[in-house]
Amino acid sequence: MTLLAFARGPAMQVATLVLIVGMFWRLSGILLLRRRVAHAAARNPFAVRLLGGAVTIVTRTIPRRTFWPRVGAGVALSYVFHIGLFIVLFGGAPHILVIYELFGVSWPDLPKGVVVVASGITLAALILLLVRRVTHPVLKMLSTPDDYISWVIVFLPVATGILLSGETIAGYGTLLALHILSIEALMIWLPFGKLMHVTLVFAGRFMLGHNFSRKGAAT
Amino acid sequence: MTAGDENLGEMLARRGFGRRGLLKFAFAMTASLALPPALAAAMAENLAAAKRQSVIWLSFQECTGCLETLLRTDSPTIAGLIFDFISLDYQEALMAASGSAAELTLRQAVAANKGKFLLAIDGSVPVADGGVYSLTGGKSNVSMLEEIAPDAAAILAIGTCAAYGGIPKAYPNPTGAVGVEDVITDKPIVNIPGCPPIPEVLSGVLVYFVSFGRLPDLDERKRPLAYFGTTIHDQCYRRPYYDQGKFAKSFDDEGARQGWCLFELGCKGPTTHNACASLKWNDGTSFPIESGHGCLGCSEPDFWDQEGGFYTSLAGGAGPGWRESGIAAAVGIAGGAAAAFAARRKTPEAQE
Repeated sequence: MTLLAFARGPAMQVATLVLIVGMFWRLSGILLLRRRVAHAAARNPFAVRLLGGAVTIVTRTIPRRTFWPRVGAGVALSYVFHIGLFIVLFGGAPHILVIYELFGVSWPDLPKGVVVVASGITLAALILLLVRRVTHPVLKMLSTPDDYISWVIVFLPVATGILLSGETIAGYGTLLALHILSIEALMIWLPFGKLMHVTLVFAGRFMLGHNFSRKGAAT
Repeated sequence: MTAGDENLGEMLARRGFGRRGLLKFAFAMTASLALPPALAAAMAENLAAAKRQSVIWLSFQECTGCLETLLRTDSPTIAGLIFDFISLDYQEALMAASGSAAELTLRQAVAANKGKFLLAIDGSVPVADGGVYSLTGGKSNVSMLEEIAPDAAAILAIGTCAAYGGIPKAYPNPTGAVGVEDVITDKPIVNIPGCPPIPEVLSGVLVYFVSFGRLPDLDERKRPLAYFGTTIHDQCYRRPYYDQGKFAKSFDDEGARQGWCLFELGCKGPTTHNACASLKWNDGTSFPIESGHGCLGCSEPDFWDQEGGFYTSLAGGAGPGWRESGIAAAVGIAGGAAAAFAARRKTPEAQE
């Protein structure tokens, strides 16, 4: 069995199953945790609390002006990375093809040049984010192995994707196999590390806004 | 002078090809084999002086497609004459002899050319159950191979079946089919895969061996580097469309009519090493992609069992089915619930 056949076959199956088990494990675990009973009367009715949660999803996308000098660079880099990754993931023809084969939905792809430039910017942002993490004294102290593992797990698909588009250091088959395997590593790691924020980020913000609204605090 | 004493130069001259013609052929072959043009003169000289090269051809578990394509010369080219010039001392489908006479021919050919003949194999070697699934004169293919291969100068595994097991090796491989290199490990082997292989590749390898007395440079899969060094995708005339992101979405859409890239329709050109896109087929007429169909990857190992089949793009793969996914989800929910209730037991003070 070639490396590519392994990546497209058994490895793909195992990675997908681990991803499904992990996602349902984490989500059901969180949903079934004991909630503290709020004994105080709610300051806002249910509809307002829902609105508070929804508003917080939006308001928390940008930090308050007071914090900009301290966190602005990191936030900006994060946005560059996330937008770049979004363009690559949902604009690249091969990625749309995978989504079509999985779910039967498709949309027009972006020109390859645009996707390649977005990949380069994404990779550069990732590297700068790592540099910031290891040089910023507070961030460095707060970082755990999870942060670094998650960085590597995200870095590899972007890097191998760029190499694949150029077909430079190895043959297409080898680079495609490495690209798919790196994505499978991401799928396996995703539910168990901080990358789980992919599914929890908006739900977490919503709950925060909902609870604030219940207490009558600003959202 | 008998026909057996005749060298290639004399035979070509007798058939109307002069020295100039041989030199032109040598230039074409050096280009085909990716050799420096300076070697053309030496190749022509060596070819002219070369004697008949003995070739013993054994057909194992095969469909005769390889032999068929190699014999289909559409004009009396010099490459065709090279095939005439080799001494094909044993080939069951072509020889007149049969039965015990054929077996005697084989034994005599091996004894007369011991250590000098090229052993050409087409078809895979079935090894399951003692190799009983393919017999010639009561002898299994694997025992014939093991008996004759030690006396050969080198082995040419012709076609994907001989090289890697090919279609007979496809799941569930009931005959235990393998390639020649899985049975013989102590002889020089040249794999010329393809279903069928390109005739010019075999003639190139033969010309190189006759000219220089050794086998051409091979890649890690024992394929002639000159022909298998790049992928179909690298040489494909539709490659610019791939780079521009212009893909046919179905076999009859506007993209297909415009001749756009067939990647999304399952073309395996990016992972298939062969010379189809440059040498083409039927006297250089076209090749599958030029005819509107994606490459099947027929010259790669296990091409028949590719995940997703011929029409799934390389970007995709084969994930688990709905049943397996459902079981995985149930396992996840059960695990998450168990973890949550374990956490509840540890925090009695937060009771609702």
